Amino acid sequence: MRARLALLSSLLLLSALPAAAGQKLTVYTYESFTAEWGPGPQVEKAFEAKCGCDLEFISVADGVALLNRVRLEGKDTKADIVLGLDTNLTAEAAATGLFVPHGVDPAGLVVPGGWTDPVFLPYDYGYFAVVYDTEKLPTPPSSLKELVEGDARHKIVIQDPRSSTPGLGLLLWVKAVYGDEAGNAWAKLKDRVLTVTPGWSEAYGLFTSGEAPMVLSYTTSPAYHMIAESTERYQAAAFAEGHYLQIEVAAATTVGAGNPLTRDFLAFMTGPEFQDVIPETNWMFPAGRTDKPLNPAFDRLVKPAKSLLLPADEVATNRKAWVDEWLSAMSK
Amino acid sequence: MTAASSARSRDWRAIAGAAALAAVAFLVGGAFFGLLHEGAPSDLAAAFDDYMLRVARFTLWQAGLSTLLSILPAIAVARALSRHPSFPGRAWLLRLFAVPLGLPAIVAALGLLAFYGRAGFAADVIDAAGGGTWPGIYGLTGILVAHAFFNLPLATRLFLEALDTVPADHWRLASQLGMRPAATFRLVEWPVLRAALPGTAGLVFMLCVTSFTLVLTLGGGPGATTLEVAIYQALRFDFDPPRAVVLTLLQVALTAAVVVALSRFGMAVTGEAAIAVSRRRYLGVGRAEAFANGLIILLAAVFVLAPMAATVVSGLAADLGRLAGEASVRRAVATSLVLSGLSAFVAVPLSLSLVAARRGIQLRRRAVRPGPYERLLDAGPSLVLVVPPIVIGAGWFLLLRRGIDVFAAAPVMVVAVNAVMAMPFAVRAIRPAYDAASERHERLCAGLGIHGWNRFRLVDWPVLRRPLATGLAFAMALSLGDLGVIALFGSDAVQTLPYLVYQRMGSYRTADAAGLALLLGALCLSLMLAADRLGRTPE
Amino acid sequence: MNVTTRGEAGGDDAGVRLDRVTFSYGPDMSMQFDCSARAGAITAVMGPSGSGKSTLLNLVAGFETPSTGRILVGGRDVTALAPAERPVSMVFQENNLFAHLTVADNVGLGISPGLKLSAADRESVALSLARTGLAGKESRLPRELSGGERQRVALARVLVRNRPVLLLDEPFASLGPALRDEMLDLVAGLEAERGLTVLMVTHQPEDARRIAGDVLFLEDGRVTARGTAADFFGGAGPEAFLRYMGEAYETDRSRGIARKPT
Repeated sequence: MRARLALLSSLLLLSALPAAAGQKLTVYTYESFTAEWGPGPQVEKAFEAKCGCDLEFISVADGVALLNRVRLEGKDTKADIVLGLDTNLTAEAAATGLFVPHGVDPAGLVVPGGWTDPVFLPYDYGYFAVVYDTEKLPTPPSSLKELVEGDARHKIVIQDPRSSTPGLGLLLWVKAVYGDEAGNAWAKLKDRVLTVTPGWSEAYGLFTSGEAPMVLSYTTSPAYHMIAESTERYQAAAFAEGHYLQIEVAAATTVGAGNPLTRDFLAFMTGPEFQDVIPETNWMFPAGRTDKPLNPAFDRLVKPAKSLLLPADEVATNRKAWVDEWLSAMSK
Repeated sequence: MTAASSARSRDWRAIAGAAALAAVAFLVGGAFFGLLHEGAPSDLAAAFDDYMLRVARFTLWQAGLSTLLSILPAIAVARALSRHPSFPGRAWLLRLFAVPLGLPAIVAALGLLAFYGRAGFAADVIDAAGGGTWPGIYGLTGILVAHAFFNLPLATRLFLEALDTVPADHWRLASQLGMRPAATFRLVEWPVLRAALPGTAGLVFMLCVTSFTLVLTLGGGPGATTLEVAIYQALRFDFDPPRAVVLTLLQVALTAAVVVALSRFGMAVTGEAAIAVSRRRYLGVGRAEAFANGLIILLAAVFVLAPMAATVVSGLAADLGRLAGEASVRRAVATSLVLSGLSAFVAVPLSLSLVAARRGIQLRRRAVRPGPYERLLDAGPSLVLVVPPIVIGAGWFLLLRRGIDVFAAAPVMVVAVNAVMAMPFAVRAIRPAYDAASERHERLCAGLGIHGWNRFRLVDWPVLRRPLATGLAFAMALSLGDLGVIALFGSDAVQTLPYLVYQRMGSYRTADAAGLALLLGALCLSLMLAADRLGRTPE
Repeated sequence: MNVTTRGEAGGDDAGVRLDRVTFSYGPDMSMQFDCSARAGAITAVMGPSGSGKSTLLNLVAGFETPSTGRILVGGRDVTALAPAERPVSMVFQENNLFAHLTVADNVGLGISPGLKLSAADRESVALSLARTGLAGKESRLPRELSGGERQRVALARVLVRNRPVLLLDEPFASLGPALRDEMLDLVAGLEAERGLTVLMVTHQPEDARRIAGDVLFLEDGRVTARGTAADFFGGAGPEAFLRYMGEAYETDRSRGIARKPT
């Protein structure tokens, strides 16, 4: 009992203690970024060695929780930088008025379609893709149209746009390709959808346990299986209409504007020391210049014929209506 | 003198009960205040559109059906188990029946699918029999199967405890009078089951109302959406706290209506003021009945244990040695145990206070029907189960963010919320024994002037030791599996085992996740073992 | 079935015999009974706590099964019969009634364990309730009765069951002395009317002296003495019995003192 109490009080202390004296930078991010195998630990080590300061990551569940967290804290936030929003959240994030321009030269960025946003700075990107099991599905659909109109016996697991980022990604992908016909497309796709999960983890879990031969994920997913598990079994299907892009960004807060380390970190983030870490820890493509070549497995991934991305403000304005459209098509 | 001390002892109970009730109200009320304070409702009328009505209807429909399908078989299983006190493996079965409680929903879902899924055992059998492609259990079926997997074992345990309160003399009487199984059920077993029914059914109903991951994952599409999903959506994507509060209140109100309706169905059984000293049962079970009972127990065991076995098999495929060596895993085990242990140690005294206060009021009332305050003490705190943890977490986050360091508050929040969420379970474990003991000792204690701490130490503790240990273990197991509160607080300080399970699943490490799920299940099982040991009377 | 037991009722052949019966709760608790109770008489079963009095009754009732030996009622071997098939009724110290059933239903269970009662059955329930002094209380619930009344309900059920052997496991122990005497007289009256064979466990010598004809004295799971009540209470009982009686009288006296102020 005493040991338990001691453990708890140390737990409390650990979380309550102010950081060591000296300069300090606080970055809010999502959990998989700070996981042991995520980019967080290596980034922290590299940046601290460079600045001689203390970099502290604080993580919440995911990108959406991150925005809500900052929104709830408002001007009292402890975050100098918020890292881990994606392009579908930037319009709402900007509307909070809590973020300031980054002041970093975007010339070195290699994001598809270019980048000009003065507030949000990208650090990696990826494409949504239908990942399939080659052992169960020898001929995957070659376009979104084939997915929508194809054999309904070959099922796909997707995520719910009301609770998950990839789910919203697919919604926007269909919208970008079908426009006003999106509702009809969903009505056709419905029969192919085995189930709609609340998040990516559940969907991918169902897929790898063999429940469905297809799942909505990323073009980079096969890279993990090839590099970490040495298997070619899971591949992404290239779609003729192009793939929807997800760009992950960071931004400085009004609080961070007063901290000289904030700009240093944002500049560091787009540089090779940070960018080299990204591919095999976050399993996304680097958004800035790298020093090390990408693992050859990345060269074998699907290269989208076209990058699809709806403007952030258009997404923010229409998200609710589009989700309603999806709901009514899928609930019939 | 005697009258004065008995009055004092009643006061003590009433105060403790009021304090426990206030603690629950404070936790929930504080959260609502925090959320509502944040801003005026954007458009509350929009909270009750067609979509929301459909969602509310589906929520009640699936929860009602799930409750029915968990409760009815549970009655049969509990009855079969109660009639065979020395059924082989009975004790282990009951311990294993507590494990689903501590499993994260997705772990259970994958375990179920290993049997009933499209790539599962059932599919293989049907394929081999040439029956075509098995469509899996997606849709309402999947939701019902999953809810029965979670709740049938829980309800069985609760019903079995109710059956244990039948005095041994009644079993003797039944066998002397030559009652057949049907008559025994109607006259001996049903009355106690009926008394336990509203509480148990209410608990199961509440757990099914708030189901989120299971409903979405197995429901097959957004047609299967519960209010909990809508609340989550309101708080996360739409960031509309007032709407979240309104929807939460709607969920609480609908559930309360059902719980009240259920309570009318129940009947308080107050027997003679004595309980037979003999623990021995006198049961004459015929061969045909014994066979039927064995079959029922076997079916239930397969239904519950098979998905757990699937979890074990996939867990054993993980690199358990490496996992056990990882610092983060060890830390998570320690954190989980400390937090859930603290939650349980908060939940059990609070529950005991509620139980004692309710009993105290029941003893004083002259009316046959309980009054509103007694009802509130009885069922009120249970309703906290249908307040989503994310709502409590977000509300308190809003309240606390200016005053103190919210990161320091995270573990406190986890303990507080888990403790309150575990109370309905602890209350159900403790109340029957407390009421029975009070039935026996109340006047004696009043007469001898034994009250307060002395009464607890000398009179109540020896009798309550076992149910308290069960309550403690249930509360801990329940807290082990929970994640909800910390979504906004930042989870660095509270990286629990289920959190690790999700983290690894979320980064392709499915084998690790399966290994950790196995560890979690093993932890739950050891808790039940510990409870059995702790609860064993010294004699 | 009922007809046969009715046939047996009142006959001289309803004596109870335990024929070299052994029984054990565990290695330290082995018991051995070889004794009999006279048909149509009241036998008091006495002895210190833990001497096996209740076990003896449970063996006769069929709630416990002997390890070896036979139990005979009226010369018929009942060892293998289920409790309900034995020509025996038993009244416990507590919990004789189902709390949720009315008085009439609790008695009616003695006629039909599924409570399927005809008008004639209802009639005989009312008659036995009247005989035990509970006329008009048919629709009460047990919690609305006093302790003595509850045991009267149990006796009314014994009447409708109409089995020749009645086992009483201290059913009146918690009643006051006047009430207890009343109940004992009721039992004696029923015994005389129906020619019942009664085995009655009691700690109170005056109970035994009031209505019992015979005494069985138990110590450590064995019958160590038997005889008529007249002999036992006339000072001709075995030494162990006298020693036990001394204690019992002692207790009785102190109880008497304790009772006075109230």
